[in-house]
Amino acid sequence: MGQTQISTGNEGQVTIYCIDTDGDSHGGGQEMERESKNQKEKKTEKGGATRSRRRRSEERSEERSESSRDGRKDRRRGGKEGRRRGRQGKEEEIKKDRKNNKNEKAKKQLESNTNHSKSSSSSSSSEEEEEGEKEKVGDEEFVVGSLSPEELERLKEAVDERKKLITTLRGKPWPMRKKLPTLRESQLFVEKYEGALGKGRGRKLYAYKVMMRKKWMKFERDLENFKTACIPWEMKIKEIESHFGSSVASYFIFLRWMYGINMILFSLTFGLVMVPEALMGRPYGSIPRKTVPREEQASAMDFAVLWDWGGYAKYSVLFYGYYNNQRAVGWLKFRMPLSYFLVGVGTVAYSYMVVIRTMARNAKEDGGGDDTSFNFSWKIFTSWDYLIGNPETADNKFASITTSFKEAIVEEQESRKDDNIHLTRFLRVLANFLVLCCLAGSGYLIYFVVRRSQKFALEGLDNYGWWERNEVNMVMSLLGMFCPMLFDVISALENYHPRIALQWQLGRIFALFLGNLYTFIIALMDQINLKRAEEEIVKFNMTAWQANLYNGTIPENSTAPPITVDPADVPRGPCWETMVGQEFVRLIISDTMTTYITLLIGDFLRAVLVRFLNHCWCWDLEYGFPSYSEFDVSGNVLGLIFNQGMIWMGAFYAPCLPALNLLRLHVSMYLQCWAVMCCNVPQERVFKASGSNNFYMAMLLVILFLSTLPAIYTIVSIPPSFDCGPFSGKSRMFDVIQETLESDFPAWFGKVFSYASNPGLVLPFLLLMVLAIYYLHSTSKTYKHANLELKKKLQAQSEENKKKNKLAAQKAANDLEQAKIMAAAEQQEKEEKQTNNNASRRGEERVIAIAF
Amino acid sequence: MGNKQSTFRDDQLDEYQDCTFFTSKEILRLHGRFRDLAPNVVPLDYTNNPDVTLPSSLIITMPELKENPFRYRILETFSEDGEGNLTFYDFVDLFSVLSETAPLDLKIIYAFRIYDFNRDGFLCLEDVEETVHRLTGEELRVEERRLVARRVMEEADLDGDGKLSLIDFQNMISRAPDFISTFHIRI
Repeated sequence: MGQTQISTGNEGQVTIYCIDTDGDSHGGGQEMERESKNQKEKKTEKGGATRSRRRRSEERSEERSESSRDGRKDRRRGGKEGRRRGRQGKEEEIKKDRKNNKNEKAKKQLESNTNHSKSSSSSSSSEEEEEGEKEKVGDEEFVVGSLSPEELERLKEAVDERKKLITTLRGKPWPMRKKLPTLRESQLFVEKYEGALGKGRGRKLYAYKVMMRKKWMKFERDLENFKTACIPWEMKIKEIESHFGSSVASYFIFLRWMYGINMILFSLTFGLVMVPEALMGRPYGSIPRKTVPREEQASAMDFAVLWDWGGYAKYSVLFYGYYNNQRAVGWLKFRMPLSYFLVGVGTVAYSYMVVIRTMARNAKEDGGGDDTSFNFSWKIFTSWDYLIGNPETADNKFASITTSFKEAIVEEQESRKDDNIHLTRFLRVLANFLVLCCLAGSGYLIYFVVRRSQKFALEGLDNYGWWERNEVNMVMSLLGMFCPMLFDVISALENYHPRIALQWQLGRIFALFLGNLYTFIIALMDQINLKRAEEEIVKFNMTAWQANLYNGTIPENSTAPPITVDPADVPRGPCWETMVGQEFVRLIISDTMTTYITLLIGDFLRAVLVRFLNHCWCWDLEYGFPSYSEFDVSGNVLGLIFNQGMIWMGAFYAPCLPALNLLRLHVSMYLQCWAVMCCNVPQERVFKASGSNNFYMAMLLVILFLSTLPAIYTIVSIPPSFDCGPFSGKSRMFDVIQETLESDFPAWFGKVFSYASNPGLVLPFLLLMVLAIYYLHSTSKTYKHANLELKKKLQAQSEENKKKNKLAAQKAANDLEQAKIMAAAEQQEKEEKQTNNNASRRGEERVIAIAF
Repeated sequence: MGNKQSTFRDDQLDEYQDCTFFTSKEILRLHGRFRDLAPNVVPLDYTNNPDVTLPSSLIITMPELKENPFRYRILETFSEDGEGNLTFYDFVDLFSVLSETAPLDLKIIYAFRIYDFNRDGFLCLEDVEETVHRLTGEELRVEERRLVARRVMEEADLDGDGKLSLIDFQNMISRAPDFISTFHIRI
């Protein structure tokens, strides 16, 4: 039986541990050791007992906990006296105990105790021990009642220590067989003595507190269980991990993380902006901004228009323009414009917080991995990926580890010779030149296309076909698809180490995407300016139209009720915000589409062709030229990052963007999981994933910064449209804050705020922050320096140690040698002496003989 | 959950959760996996802790371990008898240490034990050579393996006694960027 083994096997260890927790208790330790010895004796005697083993083992664990506790008690009270007392009146004590014991625990213990004595009465010699047990129960009860404050304090400390042990037990490098009894024992201890702490009225409160804490712990654990149960796609990722190793899986984990963030962003915009406006705001068709204009109504429900996010989609909660500038909506008096603004700010703030926090955590985890002093050791002890469970991947991993070893050995034996350094240099420069050309070309192409699309837009889109309408997005997606391939080809020129090559590749793709995005934004800015010029004209016409309206109907009375005009007929401005939102939504859609289509064609179709055409082809397709595709981790991660950047940029003008992105990520997860398992092969060069983790995060942070920049610029510096969106009628969007302060808060609050936002206060604050940053930076620098110093010292120390050891060894060898020599010399001497002696004796003999 | 009641008692599950890095669901899943290895030997009902030991030859058929070059060492390290035969306790222990949430320190201690082939409490030259051997098969010559092992000693042996103690190992591996991400098995 498992349990019996536990107790026999770990008796000594438990005792040791008890001493440990007590710290200062030598006497107690001895006491306990004695106990445990006794128990062992008992066990040997009780070998033939017919009782069920399980029962016994339970008791034994009880016993053990008791014995350790009692050891403590005895020690505290000077032991012997209480013992004598207990021995004298043990029967009475037991009775008394029964009466007194209110908590069930003690009762149980007593029961088990009596059981114990019954069962062991068969063996006569164990009676003494039994007495000891009983006496201790009584003893204990006695003690708890009459503890001095100091002792109480110590008891409390012990309890706390046990509690700490319970929480840290899982982190102890012990086997389960040792952990379980320790846990039970500590729990019993805590349970028993927690109630005893505190006195009188305080006791009840304490018990209550303990109970509540227990409940809270239980709740926390359940919550934790629930949380882990909520993490989606665990099994999917596990499967991928075992097939492709940790690097491919890291992409999916990243994707899942992104999904979580977007979930939060989505719930923010959906719950605080879209739903309130849809439910409590004015209904569709009540005011001009919420109505499709007359001239568009005929085609507003066409699929082509909706697909382009025009028509009814444009005049809905999905876009900025639909929102009304009514200060409070619905019976909740929900401050709609304020909420819109704050959600926009909150989205950005939350993203920053999450990214930076994750980066900090990653940085803490990898603990400065740029150290090259452990090159070989790390190769040996950390290169195997324990996640791998697929033979093919395992083979690849073995191969890559072997190559890395060989490389390292070669490097070690001779520092690598570059046979033609000039050629390599030339090629690298050439490669960089080509890449720069590519970047400039793609930037120009995008600018050109955006300009052209403006021309198309001015002339009216109806005259053009599908391509002209979607030119910008398509060109951007195509560039994003083909340029990385081009870079890959170019990088073959450079002949870098694979890891460095990967970094270059990533940097180039990053530059490409960034360049494309910013060209797009600059073009968009042009468009915004155009729209604003148009708006001016509309505004002018508007007054004319209004005047016309009034003139035509009721010229004489200005206080008459306003004329009812169908909102669809009211002329309106171009609403540049909605335009921006639309552009971003279109961009996201086309980006998603190209991703999926490349996936289907590039991976799936290729795999199908390779698989089925292999039977009737001249060369081996599977191992020859097309082969199956590998999963491109870095490219995919970059794609994800840029996609997120666009979301951050456009979310303010199109509240539907997070929702769209959520959808996209969800589909991506399933589609890519499927594609990876069905048509990709494990990478030949298996890269380490973790080193680049923070690299990706840093990219995300840069993108976040760069994408919030234009958004903030437009919010702060461009006045909102006059007839659409929640901020219409204000000169700047952030005026909504001031408005709220003035009308919704007490006057003093506004005053405080205006003081706080006074440049006289803000500037010193900024200065302080700069100073703090400078200070922290310099301290971190010193720490780094100190770290380096320490490392050097450690190395020197180790070398010294080695030298010392060597010297010692040499000295020992020398000594040995000398000793040997000495011994030999001595021996020789002895021998010589002996021979001398002999000789002298002989001489003497001779002399004697001669004398005779 | 009917399964929950029949396999473990609630207090057992609590104890397991206190001792490992798993949630109750994961423990049940682990039990399922353990049982799948030998359905007729391992009972469904674990409420009275039956003492069932599975041989190492059966456990290494798990896809999580099958390809691992150190699979026997892992099992030996975690088994009670040192022979690689696991009880359910050992099984839970093994995957708890290798789980994603286990702290770095714990992982390092067990990694040290795994790589300590001759179980003398130190990683000596032979241990390191054996590790290299497991990782590269017959691709490296014996001298090359020895060279690598010697280099490792030079790098990581701080007290100069010619072998790596746990402290040396901790110092070396806690700074490795990949250790925490690759030394885990998701079950």
